[in-house]
Amino acid sequence: MATTELKVQEKQAVSAVTMKVFRFDPEKDKTSRYDTFQVPVRPGMSVLETLFEVLDKQDSSLAFRYACRGAVCGSCAMYINGSYRLACETQLSSLGSKEITVGPLPHLPVIRDLVVDMAPFFEKYDRVMPYLKTQSEPPEKERLQSPKQRKAINEAIDCILCSCCYSACPMTWTHKEYLGPSALNKAYRFVADSRDEATAERLKVVSGEDGVWCCHTIFNCVEACPKKINQTDAIEILRRKTVSQKLKFWKR
Amino acid sequence: MVKEVHKHQVIIVGGGMAGLRAALESCDQGVDTVVLSQVHPIRSHSGSAQGGINAPLANAPEGKDDSWERHAFDTVKGSDFLADQDAVEIMTKEASARIIELEHMGAPFSRTDEGKIAQRPFGGAGFPRTCYASDKTGHVIMQALYEQLVRRQVKVYAEYFVVALAAEGDTCRGLVALNILSGELETFEADAIIFTTGGAGRIYARSSNAIINTGSGMAVAYQAGVPLKDMEFIQFHPTSLLDSNILMTEGARGEGGYLVNNKGERFMERYAAKAMELAPRDIVSRSIQTEIDQGRGFEGGYVHLDLRHLGREKILERLPGIRDIAMNFAGVDPILQPIPIQPAQHYTMGGIDCNADAETLLKGLLTAGECACVSVHGANRLGGNSLLDTVVFGQRAGKKAAQYVQNKHPRAAAEKALNEALAKAEKKINALAEGQTSEPTFQLRSELGETMTNNVGIFRDKGPMTEAVQKIKDLKRRYQGCRLTYKGKKFNLDLVRTLELEGCLQVAEVIAQGALARQESRGSHTRLDFPTRDDANWLKHTLAYFTADGPQMKYKPVIITRWQPEARKY
Repeated sequence: MATTELKVQEKQAVSAVTMKVFRFDPEKDKTSRYDTFQVPVRPGMSVLETLFEVLDKQDSSLAFRYACRGAVCGSCAMYINGSYRLACETQLSSLGSKEITVGPLPHLPVIRDLVVDMAPFFEKYDRVMPYLKTQSEPPEKERLQSPKQRKAINEAIDCILCSCCYSACPMTWTHKEYLGPSALNKAYRFVADSRDEATAERLKVVSGEDGVWCCHTIFNCVEACPKKINQTDAIEILRRKTVSQKLKFWKR
Repeated sequence: MVKEVHKHQVIIVGGGMAGLRAALESCDQGVDTVVLSQVHPIRSHSGSAQGGINAPLANAPEGKDDSWERHAFDTVKGSDFLADQDAVEIMTKEASARIIELEHMGAPFSRTDEGKIAQRPFGGAGFPRTCYASDKTGHVIMQALYEQLVRRQVKVYAEYFVVALAAEGDTCRGLVALNILSGELETFEADAIIFTTGGAGRIYARSSNAIINTGSGMAVAYQAGVPLKDMEFIQFHPTSLLDSNILMTEGARGEGGYLVNNKGERFMERYAAKAMELAPRDIVSRSIQTEIDQGRGFEGGYVHLDLRHLGREKILERLPGIRDIAMNFAGVDPILQPIPIQPAQHYTMGGIDCNADAETLLKGLLTAGECACVSVHGANRLGGNSLLDTVVFGQRAGKKAAQYVQNKHPRAAAEKALNEALAKAEKKINALAEGQTSEPTFQLRSELGETMTNNVGIFRDKGPMTEAVQKIKDLKRRYQGCRLTYKGKKFNLDLVRTLELEGCLQVAEVIAQGALARQESRGSHTRLDFPTRDDANWLKHTLAYFTADGPQMKYKPVIITRWQPEARKY
């Protein structure tokens, strides 16, 4: 065996970036501010790693959320150089700038610095009956679903509940009760699932004044989504189904 | 004096797959159940699982003769005969029911042409046994379990970090946790507590694990007197993305991907001629590391995972998640280029010692999932068996906890135990907040990671491991001088990460000392100075008990029911 030594030494910094980071503690500060940090950059470094660099070596008071660092947990959604992004999958090199401005997700209450209160987002999630509903007795084995039927929900189930879309949607800013793109996508995910047996009930939930008709098809959600889900499309399909259900009702 | 005490019948600590499955079961048994977690449950690391979950459903045509016995044998052989065979039998017998249940809950598995749950080949398995949802299996199962949690309106204490357990004699009565958002300590009384806190990967510098996987639950249980079992058995996943070490699923090889060295050779031929890329993980990781060490890797220490021959359509259908990750984190499109991969710490086979009903030495403290060690994985876990472990033993833990609280046997008084635990936790945090730090904690964290990856990694030897044990003792001493540099209350990451580091040091010491003591090679534990398995002396589980001077090791026999240890060839 020649050597079992793994080289885990940190790669050498090759350049530096200027990080402007949003700082605010609503209980202590009258106004928010941006603090500026000069951070050495290694090849392949992400915004999340840069925040850890600041936390470890420059300012241990910085607050931000993190978990998987692999773009699946949805913890580190932030507003980075004017875009809704996951900090972990945003490479510094992809931003094309030596100056990086990081803020919390807009339009959600700030708890401290980059940490926002996700309660409004999850309250909407809870309201759309976000679970499979069936009336028929479950079979002994799995409920059958063809690959084609399964494909119908392929995009909708990718949602990681990061709240980028909710934060980006102008309708959630002005209409506080609006369910928002993510919750409506969740509702759509079950309406489109061949196994679900509660379409009528679901359409009733999403067709109210806080539901699908609030959407002004501005497509901010689609642009903000790190998983490239087309929530506007999902909302559009829910609208059509809502209308055809009402028509069916009147034709009776 | 205890200010306000949250009282619940069952508290589940950890909101990953084992925790949520346990919570659903306990709730369905009619018991007041809550989940307490360091992060919102949906952020848990179980959601990062990609390739799948094993059950002998026999849905694939090639797998029509699969059975729980074959699944059990593959698991036992994969474990290098260190798994307890009675527990493996339970897991494999209950596997199919648990998967069907997940499907009924709404988990959107990929499908066969007949509409059944699709299954793919995985390492060390005789049949295509791994049920999957493209390469996002953990994500979709976590979503389904969380959906069910919401349906039952189970209360969640999110962003709470457990600092201490409260025990009265041999009975667990509650816990003290830091409310991360407020920065206050809060006290919880419970009739039963289930630890489902996940793995300890971040003790290593190179790990596929989430940043939150620091072994904190293991450390809390260990310091409360519950032994940690078989901690020296650390799984190194063969294929993590170069540098970021994000997982590239075994499913990529299950779908037909090749491992290739710098000479263009499919080198697995030299190490496992029959199973090739689908040999168990310990063997593939050793093989890759050997190629790299002997100069057949690429500059920077990696080999290639080549998927190009699978074609665009199959990659987009079956492996879209890892394609996105490879493109976004390494700038490589697997449709056009091979993926640069290297082995990285992935899983802790060991954990909090428990039986097949999830019970520990401490009455009322149960455990399941990666933080627990039943043991079903022994010295090497098969891919697809970790998610199965979480739902089988999560369900059993929830059921047992509910039974335990419903039995009206007398329980020790809680107040004294809770007061003591709170005082202990307050003392610990106040001490961290006093005075100046002797050195920054990131320095210790990074030295620990490098020591573990270099000295207690894939290939192990007495000299480097002895150094590691010394180094960890030294780090523990240096930790005594560490203080917080930020003393605010709300969302204090300095505090959380400093508390985590203490646990990391405790758990690392158990791993290194257990590895040094075990003078054989078995599964993931490969010693250059003891290159063969030694059943005569080492067919036994390690139990590490906490003492102020470091772990005290004891051993207990492996349970063998029907499969006698034999040579392990693939």
